[in-house]
Amino acid sequence: MDDLEYDVVVIGAGGAGMRAAIEAKAQGARTAIVCKSLFGKAHTVMAEGGIAAALRNVWKEDSWQVHFRDTMRGGKLLNHWRMAQIHAQESPDRVLELEEWGAMFDRTPDGLILQRDFGGHRYARLAHVGDRTGLEMIRTLQDRAVELGIDVLMECTIQKLLTDDGRVAGCLGYLRQSGEMVLLRAKAIVLATGGIGKCWRVTSNSWEYTGDGMAMALEAGADLIDMEFVQFHPTGMVWPPSVRGILVTEGVRGDGGTLRNKDGERFMFWYIPDFFREETADTEAEADRWYDNKKDNRRTPDLLPRDEVARAINTEVKAGRGSAHGGVLLDIASRRSPEYIRSRLPSMYHQFKELADIDITKEPMEVGPTLHYMMGGIRVDPDTQATTVPGLFAAGEVAAGMHGSNRLGGNSLSDLLVFGRRAGLHAAQHANAQRAPGAVDPADVAATERRLAAPLERAGEDPYALHHDLQAVMQDLVGIIRTRTELDEAARQLGDLRRRYDRVGAKGGRRYNPGWNLALDLASMLTVAEAVARSAALREESRGGHTRGDFPNSDPEWGRKNVVARWRDGRIELTTEPLAQMPPDLAAIVGSEPKATEQTAVESTAPAGLGGHR
Amino acid sequence: MTKAPEAGPREVTMRVWRGEDRASGAFADHRVAVDPGMVILDVLFRVQATSAPDLAVRWNCKAGKCGSCSAEVNGRPRLMCMTRLSSLPLDQPITVAPMATFPLVRDLVTDVSFNYEKAKTIPAFRPAPKDADGTRRMYQEEVERVQEFHKCIECFLCQDVCHVIRDHEENKEAFAGPRFFVRLAALEMHPLDTNDRIELARAKHGLGYCNITKCCTEVCPEDIHITDNAIIPLKERVVTEFYDPLVWAKRRLLGR
Amino acid sequence: MATMTALRQRTLRRDAWWIEPAFLFVLFSAFVVYSFFAGIANANYFVDPYLSPFYSPCITANCAHLTFGPIVGTWWNLAPAIWIVGFPLSFRLTCYYYRKAYYRSFFQAPAACTVPDARSKYGGETAFPLVWQNIHRLTWYPAVILVFILALDAVQAFWFPTASGGHAFGIGLGSLLMTVNVVLLALYTFGCHFCRYLFGGRLDRFHLRPIAFRLYSLISALNLSHGRYAILSLVSVGLTDLYVRLLSLGVIVDPRIVFGG
Repeated sequence: MDDLEYDVVVIGAGGAGMRAAIEAKAQGARTAIVCKSLFGKAHTVMAEGGIAAALRNVWKEDSWQVHFRDTMRGGKLLNHWRMAQIHAQESPDRVLELEEWGAMFDRTPDGLILQRDFGGHRYARLAHVGDRTGLEMIRTLQDRAVELGIDVLMECTIQKLLTDDGRVAGCLGYLRQSGEMVLLRAKAIVLATGGIGKCWRVTSNSWEYTGDGMAMALEAGADLIDMEFVQFHPTGMVWPPSVRGILVTEGVRGDGGTLRNKDGERFMFWYIPDFFREETADTEAEADRWYDNKKDNRRTPDLLPRDEVARAINTEVKAGRGSAHGGVLLDIASRRSPEYIRSRLPSMYHQFKELADIDITKEPMEVGPTLHYMMGGIRVDPDTQATTVPGLFAAGEVAAGMHGSNRLGGNSLSDLLVFGRRAGLHAAQHANAQRAPGAVDPADVAATERRLAAPLERAGEDPYALHHDLQAVMQDLVGIIRTRTELDEAARQLGDLRRRYDRVGAKGGRRYNPGWNLALDLASMLTVAEAVARSAALREESRGGHTRGDFPNSDPEWGRKNVVARWRDGRIELTTEPLAQMPPDLAAIVGSEPKATEQTAVESTAPAGLGGHR
Repeated sequence: MTKAPEAGPREVTMRVWRGEDRASGAFADHRVAVDPGMVILDVLFRVQATSAPDLAVRWNCKAGKCGSCSAEVNGRPRLMCMTRLSSLPLDQPITVAPMATFPLVRDLVTDVSFNYEKAKTIPAFRPAPKDADGTRRMYQEEVERVQEFHKCIECFLCQDVCHVIRDHEENKEAFAGPRFFVRLAALEMHPLDTNDRIELARAKHGLGYCNITKCCTEVCPEDIHITDNAIIPLKERVVTEFYDPLVWAKRRLLGR
Repeated sequence: MATMTALRQRTLRRDAWWIEPAFLFVLFSAFVVYSFFAGIANANYFVDPYLSPFYSPCITANCAHLTFGPIVGTWWNLAPAIWIVGFPLSFRLTCYYYRKAYYRSFFQAPAACTVPDARSKYGGETAFPLVWQNIHRLTWYPAVILVFILALDAVQAFWFPTASGGHAFGIGLGSLLMTVNVVLLALYTFGCHFCRYLFGGRLDRFHLRPIAFRLYSLISALNLSHGRYAILSLVSVGLTDLYVRLLSLGVIVDPRIVFGG
């Protein structure tokens, strides 16, 4: 077993992990970054649209205050206000910093960073590179990390956080290529492991997204909050079946694409919630004018926050107005020239051409909701990203609070940079204040070794079948619209799966054995799936990414509470705790909490209201 | 909009390389049921779920964006997630082999650390001072040329197909490979970069080994014109520095 | 589950990868053989007003249709083409497209992608003699001059001799062939990778040099089809010579319309 020692170990090499490692290294800490895949392959590469930052290159009217307001309103005010504030204030610097390291964003005519429109953002705000912004960001950070000489452990899955008297002492994992265990002793650990999408069947997430960081942190004593808030991106591919879930960027709508049902109707006009009515166009003409003139027109409802659009699509499909394969149509072909489409959305063009035989410059795309993002996760201090476990930090999707109940598009990449940097900075400061890493208990190491080896030593439940069944439970019972009965059923079935999991077996040896790797990943997936299902059952209201069919209204009482999950005696225990209160000056920027109104599109009543439409 | 289901057989034979080293490994045939629209990676998942749960396959995003699932399908370097069954003859076995240029880890997975080592040898971006107003200005026309290189997803298929190292192991020391010529070109043509990597490209990264036979360009899943837009322009810059007698004469005459 | 060991196979490719290198091998070989004999023939290269491109510019005193000069005196009694063949030959030999083509089809290094190299040792263009490929740009300048000379030849090819000893405008199949030939040569020569470098590719800051950028974009567009023009212009040069030769031998007759002749 390899036994290595560092000041700071960063687990996860997506945008947040890389940015954290860069900062920790810059602070003089001996830093290692561990990633489950090859370096530079993290899920961040799939981010398409852009990085939200009030750079004010396109709209002088923009400011951090407006960005802050958009973020808070998009999250239905459940965000941690301080994180939203820091994020809005610091993201412009983080974007410009990428340029210092060699990133090349698209440009305005006078040579500055061009910004594009995205859902929920008042102004065109997203710094972008065509539709492959995440790749640009990852590669820039990757090159910077290489330049700084940060140690990288690739294809290494961390399985256990080690603590010494409650504070971080290191972590244990295994190297996929050899199957050997590895022990990393550290004074501070930054978790940047991303989300939990692989618990669902239809998801835009990559195989790494198994909730390892959340499960390990929970077991090490950290709090998880907001686990009920899961974002379904409204536009994933739906056909052919093998590509179902692959993301279709919101940039398609930002650049002029519109959603239609099978009858060609622009149905989003029927689903404008009161909360956004003032700032949303209610006629097609105004919506179309808005692309060119934002001052005198209100934004198109195609670009409402993602939760609204996903619910609207869900309702249209359920009402029988969906497309051939159970989605709706996303049409840019009839609205923009082929040259424009190909230059603005090259990878979308490529993706549909290669995978679906669809030429998006000629035909509409068929799209439907796909699980995309986890708003909930590890509770962190908004300034330092410290968890409740001393020496343990978290940043990016694995951390919670920033996005409240729903994340705006483009706010993820900026989140990674802003809070990745802060996590790295404070982890390094924490490490520098420690004389030596905590002691590693050999009993912990031995127990983890036994747990890792166990699936290989028995012929039991097939991990692929277990994973399939877990995805079925989450997809069918913990989806966009949830009810008490279904959530209770989900919790019961997850319990069954947990019992089956105790007998999981994997054939073959330890060397690059995906069956064995999946068997180990399933432990985390089962833990976070349970946290999601039970948190969702507890929150009896609808808000953002959490919609309850049996509680279709948002409830101001629930709007002041987080659901908190903790590990007690080997079980998940849920409580609610009050949300941090915004100072009055910031509250004034945001505006009022929406009244107890129904979330749109839970029941499809909207179409009838539109001038005797049908 | 609605496409008819693809016609064709409902079952295919996957002839997949298995083993931990090239000497003792072998191809194994798996008969699997297939659905319309499937890509090679989907079929391999089905092989894992039905007959070979420990089949080693490296993959990640399954959307052609991360460049993890590189392999050789019917002898051609491809991303398995972007190779549709409908593009292959299904009446014969589909051969899937690991990338030949890199050491084998197991089955379809290779050890690509060669590339990560080469990446460390390239001097980083070093920007010129900012403009007087504190901004950095670059213009779309000059940015676009470099953005083509930034499309690289590091699938290393160009490295795999390049005969300089594929067929001649001994050249690995002195040759960085097409992926890193793309990286060098991106840095060299960056409008704000001040580092000079031309001598390095010639001497250390072995630009001269490339005989521009263009296989890298042929296999690039991102359609980067590696040879025409990265390698040849770099070669021309090397010529200006080292081989052009007119430049040499001009420098002698003008004393610089 | 049947198993087989098959990594000893030369390549796992199933397609007809050998067609392209085989075709180029035949084409280039045929061209070399034909041009060798045509170039040393020292006859049948001029039928007024058509001058074979192999013999242009014609600069020796023994030339049937002097382009300018004579630069070489009467002592020379071999074919005039020998004096100029080196220019287009070196341009094409060092051309990036031709390098690809003959490295594949003649050297088999490699014959096609993932097909193993024919030789076990490989040093590329790092050492003598192939390091000389780097002089490609020096061969471009004469190639450009040649394009202009052949353009003049093409213009002259529209002025036919009259009975009165003067020249009258007309259009013959030969005039069209020579025009097409020089157009293809121009597309090939001005789409050259060095040309692209010279007129803009060497710059990093395009916005400071808008004209250079326009030229660069134009040349880049041409350069996309550089390989196609390389082959087409090779074929057209050969066919133009063949046409003149057959005319001169009386095998064929040039269809033409001459105005006011």
